[in-house]
Amino acid sequence: MSEKSIPRLVQGNEAIALGAIHAGCRFYGGYPITPSTEIAEEMSRLLPHIGGSYVQMEDEISSIAAVIGASLTGQKSMTATSGPGFSLMQENLGYAAMAEIPLVLVNVQRGGPSTGLPTDPAQGDMMQARWGTHGEHSIIALVPSTVAECFTLTVEAFNLSERYRTPVIILSDALIGHMRENIRLDQLLKAKVIERPQPWMSPEDYRPFASTERTVVPLAPIGTEYRYRVTGLVHDMSGSPKTGDKRTIEDTGRRLRSKIYDYREEITRVEMTAMDDAEVAIFAYGSVARSAYEAVMWARERGHKVGMVRPITIWPFPTLQMREVADQVHSIVVPEMNIKQIAWETRAAIEGRANVVSMNRIDGTLIAPGEIISSLRDVLRAKGGAA
Amino acid sequence: MAKLKDLTHKEDTLGSGHRLCPGCGASIIVNQLGRMSEAPMVVGCATGCLEVATTIYPYTAWNVPFIHSAFENSAATVSGMEAAYEALKSKGKIPADDKRNFVAFGGDGGTYDIGFQSLSGAMERGHNMTYVCYDNGAYMNTGMQRSSATPYGAATSTTPIGTHATAGKEEYRKDLTAVMAAHNIPYVAQASLSNWKDLMRKAEKAFTTPGPAFLNILSPCPRGWRTEPGDSIELSRLAVSTCYWPIFEVDNGEWKVNHRPKNKVPVTEFLKPQGRFKHLFAKGNEKVLAHVQEKIDHDWDQLLWKADFSKDRTAE
Repeated sequence: MSEKSIPRLVQGNEAIALGAIHAGCRFYGGYPITPSTEIAEEMSRLLPHIGGSYVQMEDEISSIAAVIGASLTGQKSMTATSGPGFSLMQENLGYAAMAEIPLVLVNVQRGGPSTGLPTDPAQGDMMQARWGTHGEHSIIALVPSTVAECFTLTVEAFNLSERYRTPVIILSDALIGHMRENIRLDQLLKAKVIERPQPWMSPEDYRPFASTERTVVPLAPIGTEYRYRVTGLVHDMSGSPKTGDKRTIEDTGRRLRSKIYDYREEITRVEMTAMDDAEVAIFAYGSVARSAYEAVMWARERGHKVGMVRPITIWPFPTLQMREVADQVHSIVVPEMNIKQIAWETRAAIEGRANVVSMNRIDGTLIAPGEIISSLRDVLRAKGGAA
Repeated sequence: MAKLKDLTHKEDTLGSGHRLCPGCGASIIVNQLGRMSEAPMVVGCATGCLEVATTIYPYTAWNVPFIHSAFENSAATVSGMEAAYEALKSKGKIPADDKRNFVAFGGDGGTYDIGFQSLSGAMERGHNMTYVCYDNGAYMNTGMQRSSATPYGAATSTTPIGTHATAGKEEYRKDLTAVMAAHNIPYVAQASLSNWKDLMRKAEKAFTTPGPAFLNILSPCPRGWRTEPGDSIELSRLAVSTCYWPIFEVDNGEWKVNHRPKNKVPVTEFLKPQGRFKHLFAKGNEKVLAHVQEKIDHDWDQLLWKADFSKDRTAE
């Protein structure tokens, strides 16, 4: 056995840093904030050894702005933050979506709003990740629920951001971020990495914002012979502001949405557990999914046909997968550390195909398996079975 | 200035039972400054150690009205309060002779970095308020990450000592007191807990000066500086006598150095007791150490020059 295959006890935040390094991230612009700080600290230690840059900025607005600048030069770049910092980053998150600049933004969620609960986990930023920045746009957001997944989803986030030229958000939380689990680094290091594509056309023919539904125009490193403009204004395919042309405005808005929305099936991943014959599904994500798994085991031991659907991608929402699930089960239980943010989305997605039972906790405490079990009991009883 | 005897009878601004670390400068700063406030104080405080450790649910250590703003805007929040208070006063809804002392507190992170924009705006707009920075030289609340107040050469959790970086932080600290003086506000001062009388006089001056005032006070941090809690005041003293932290004021544009050490102590005396500078005394870092001294000498000379220039102009 090589030294590498020895399991290593790693913290969730540390795994995100390790995943980012593996994915080829060589720029980190950040600002310390609990409970995400370890990512910045880890990057400040690792990046100088491999020719990367760690820059500690003066606030979160500058952090994401620096990441945008760095990414334009061709470097894979990231930042990490939590609630208040995520709020400050919203404007530039929209900028990155508008100017189609790949970057990875990690939000290790804590209780909010405002300063909220700095050291306790929450899942209150699910909708903010989707709609926090103003205007019509699409976003990709991934939700890890193990330390190993902190690594693999960070790699995936970089891959998706390069593939679709878009910001990608990782929605971790204080529990996953500060938890330690064994990971097998030699296995994780096999994760496939997508490099940033280079333009295939000549500099004269280069139109950086001419992506269509079928192709994404590669982002040329700025400052090379591929000259182009970058702006947050509505722009034409060369990057020139074009705010007077209704057609361009409409097309830009629709394309920014469809370039991700149309690829939902390719992007959106869910994990099914014991779903083959399930009549009730628990739909849980992030740290809550760990408790939900226990609840499924409890139910199965007692012969109840309960399964679990765990979204790995939360945005774009796994609408099609959830419709199929809803056709199969009579009830979907959605436990989450916010008040119905994803339960509402689930209801909207499945359009009445099944009953959605929401259970919530927002006191900074993880939802325990027992609480999910008692919700399950209610659901099973209501259907006439003994629970 | 009030007599020491009277000051001891004044109620503490910060009551006992707060959870700041032993030897922390912030609580001493608040309590000493609070004694010099004649008018009832209204306090705004940015996110940071001072806020976190004094307002742990369900308690508060503050004996005055207290607003914890977001991290980046205690100066803006307090300027809103002050402006509304003035408006209510001019409408006659608050008696014309009423007096309040609006004070904003922030650490160096919330002042030099993320809160800088809101501080600059508040000072420039001329609100009748005092902004107090307790400068401990890093983001101590989140675990000692570097700030723009972190001194050159200090090891922090984001400027760690490693094989590639052996000198710690490789940038100079921002001279925020000078930056605030450049705002051309009525009163700006830099102070130290070690020079108590000077500190108290500056607090009184800041609180009673109409318009904006800014105080920058060195706040020793045993956890972040890696020092003994009992050494905090002695370290403040060394900071002044080595000219690492000169105490001076800019009163209506006139620069005055309040303490000129007769024999400037070598900066190593200030650095040596601190764990965050330990690596500077390791072999190979002699040049870095020498450079720290050079920079301090340079800054001190420049400060004296500014003060002398001010004096000459006043004499004319």
